[in-house]
Amino acid sequence: MQLTLEGIRKRVGADLWLHEMTLALEPNAVTVLLGATQAGKTSLMRIMAGLDQPSRGKVRVDAADVTGVPVRERNVSMVYQQFINYPSMKVAANIASPMRLRGDRDIDRQVRDLAAKLHIETFLDRYPSELSGGQQQRVALARALAKGAPLMLLDEPLVNLDYKLREELREELTQLFAAGNTTVVYATTEPGEALLLGGYTAVLDAGELLQYGPTAEVFHNPASLRVARAFSDPPMNLLDGDATVQGVQLRGGPLLPMALPHGSGGPVTVGTRASAMHVTPRDGYVALPGHVELAEISGSDTFVHVSTAVGEVVAQLTGVRHFELGDDITLRLHPSQAYVFGADGALLVAPARGAEPL
Amino acid sequence: MARIDLDLAHSYLPDPKGEEDFALLPLKMSFEDGGAYALLGPSGCGKSTMLNVISGLLRPSQGQVRFDGQDVTALSPQQRNIAQVFQFPVIYDTMTVAQNLAFPLRNRKVPAERIKARVGQIAEMLELSGQLNQRAAGLAADAKQKISLGRGLVREDVAAVLFDEPLTVIDPHLKWQLRRKLKQIHHELKLTLVYVTHDQVEALTFADQVVVMTRGKAVQVGSAEELFERPTHTFVGNFIGSPGMNFLPGRCDGKQVEIDGGQLPLPAGHAVPVGEIKLGVRPEYVTLAEPQAGGALRCTVAQVQDVGTHLLLTAHAGAHPVKARLAPSTVLPSVGEPVWLQLMTDHTCFYKDEALV
Repeated sequence: MQLTLEGIRKRVGADLWLHEMTLALEPNAVTVLLGATQAGKTSLMRIMAGLDQPSRGKVRVDAADVTGVPVRERNVSMVYQQFINYPSMKVAANIASPMRLRGDRDIDRQVRDLAAKLHIETFLDRYPSELSGGQQQRVALARALAKGAPLMLLDEPLVNLDYKLREELREELTQLFAAGNTTVVYATTEPGEALLLGGYTAVLDAGELLQYGPTAEVFHNPASLRVARAFSDPPMNLLDGDATVQGVQLRGGPLLPMALPHGSGGPVTVGTRASAMHVTPRDGYVALPGHVELAEISGSDTFVHVSTAVGEVVAQLTGVRHFELGDDITLRLHPSQAYVFGADGALLVAPARGAEPL
Repeated sequence: MARIDLDLAHSYLPDPKGEEDFALLPLKMSFEDGGAYALLGPSGCGKSTMLNVISGLLRPSQGQVRFDGQDVTALSPQQRNIAQVFQFPVIYDTMTVAQNLAFPLRNRKVPAERIKARVGQIAEMLELSGQLNQRAAGLAADAKQKISLGRGLVREDVAAVLFDEPLTVIDPHLKWQLRRKLKQIHHELKLTLVYVTHDQVEALTFADQVVVMTRGKAVQVGSAEELFERPTHTFVGNFIGSPGMNFLPGRCDGKQVEIDGGQLPLPAGHAVPVGEIKLGVRPEYVTLAEPQAGGALRCTVAQVQDVGTHLLLTAHAGAHPVKARLAPSTVLPSVGEPVWLQLMTDHTCFYKDEALV
C-alpha cells in the first residue's frame, strides 16, 4: 500500500501546525516520525488516518484521492500512547473484535495465534483492567494487528511503559513489522528508538518535514543542522568555526584540516557526535584541551562533559572511566569524523561511513 | 541533611501471608547523609512504595524508619522535613518563577535577604535567572519542571530531597541537560537525594548508589560499574544495560562449559561449580573470533542493525539469542551465515540458580 501526502498543510486558527510538505511513504515498510514534543507528529498522523483533514493538499492511497474520506471508511489501525481497550470485554474478545466485524471464521485460532505472538496467550480470559500496563498495550497491539489493515499508525506506543519492557516490545514489534505486508508509521521522540526500528525516518521539527530517507542514511547524512540536532542522542557537539582553504578554523581553537566543497567560506558550524571524541592520542587527531565538568557513567559508557576553549564538548567513552571534576583532560577528534554545516545550516561535509581511522 | 535507615516491610493487605502479599519484603537499608541514590526497577517492583515510606506519605506495616538514628516512623513528611519533586510540575501558575522558588522558604519564615540569595543561587544553577520575573503560566513544560526541581532543592535544611520520576515528561535533549544540572547541584549542595526511576540511564548517571528492585526486593545495591560488571543476579544483568546481558544455559564440568554443543574452556581464575549454569556476557564484551578459537562459540547471524554509533548484531546459539555491540566499521557475515563469537572474557560472569557464582 502506498500512502502519499501531496503538498499538505494544516492550519489551526492563525497557527500553521504543519508547513507544506510532500511525503511518499515507503510501501510495506516502517516509517518513523521522529521529532520532539510539538514537532507535528500527531497532527500528521491524524491526517494520514483520516481523523483530520489537511487545510490544503491531498492524501492518496495508491492512486486514489482519499483526502475527504473519514477514518471509518479507510482501512487503518491505530495504537496510541494510552492503552485503549474495551474495558467490559475480556482480552480474547478485545482481540477478536475486528475479526467479528469482518465476519471471520476460525476467530479462536486467529486470536490464539496473535496472542501467542505478543505473549499474552495466558491472559485471554481476563479483563484488561486486571493486566499490567505492558500487557494492556500488548492487547491493544494485538487488536490493531487483528484488523489486518494495510496501514498501521502507532503514536509513541511504548512511551508509557517501563524502559526494559519498551526494549522487549520494540524488538517484538520490529519482527512483526518485518513480515512486510503493512505500511507502518511509528511516532517517537527518541533518536535511539528510530535507529532500533530501522526502516525509514521522517524528521519533523516545528511542523516542518526536514528530511525523509532510510533511517541509517538520515542519521549518518543529516541534510541540515536541524536534522542533526533532532537526530542525535546524546546531543551533537556544535562548535563555531570559519571555512578556510585548509579546512575549518575552530573559533578559539585549532584548525581541522579537511577538504571543503568548492567555494565554501565564512562562518560554519562543526558538529561532532559524542562517540567520535576520544582521549587517547593518535596520529592525525586534533587535540581539544579542557577540564572535566561532569562525568556520567551508564555502565557501558562514560559521558564526560568537558569545557574547552571552543565550547562545551561531550565525549562518549566506552566502558567505565573515572574522572574527578575539574581534572585536566584532552579530547581528540579526527577531522574526518566532523560534520560541517554552512551558515544557512545546510550540510557541507559528512564523515565517511563506518571508516573511523584507528 | 540526614542519614536514613530503613528496617521494615510493607504490605497493603491487613493480613499478609506469602511473599507475594508484600509490596516491600523485609529489608534493611541505609542511605548515607549527602549521598545520591536511585531506586530502579520495573513497575510494581516496590520502588515508589519505598519512596513513600521514606517520605512519610506511607507508614510501613512493620518496622521502622530512622533519620539520624531518630525513629520517625510515625511522622508526616512535613515533620520529617522532606522535599519532594513529582513526575509532573507542581507550581503556582499565577506566581512568577522567583515567587515559586521562594515559596517553600517563605513558608518556613526564612529572612528575606536569605531567600533572595538562595533563590538567586538555585535559579542560576538551573539556568532560570533570565526568567525570574516571568509568570510561570506562560512557560513550556520543561521550564515548569525546572521550577519544580528548583522548589525541591531550594531549602538547605531538609532531611532529604525525593524525586519520583522527575524527567518523564521531558524530551530526550532536555533530559541530558536536566540530569546534568541535578548532578552538578548534588555536588555543590551535598543534599541527600533519593531518585525513583525505571530508566536505567537516568539512575546510573545520576546516582552514586543504585538500588535495583524487583518484586518488593532490593536485589542489588551498587555503583553503575558494579551493576554493569558484576550483576549479582540474572535479573540485574538483564535489567541493566541496553540490550541487557546475554545469558546462555550450559553445563560446567569444572574446566569447561558446554553450550549448544560447543566446549568453551573457563578463563583462568574462574571457579565455576559443576552442573547446570548460565554464562552471562554483556553485548559490549562479545567480540568476533576466528573459527574454532578457544572460548568462542559458533552462532548464526540473525540480524544486523546500524544503531548509529555501533552495529548491533543478533546471532543465535541454538535457540538462544546472543547480542553483540560492535564498531561501526565491523564487517559481518550475512543473515543465516555462521559467525564465531568470543564469549569467555575477563568480564564474563557465571550464574547458578540465577545467582552470581
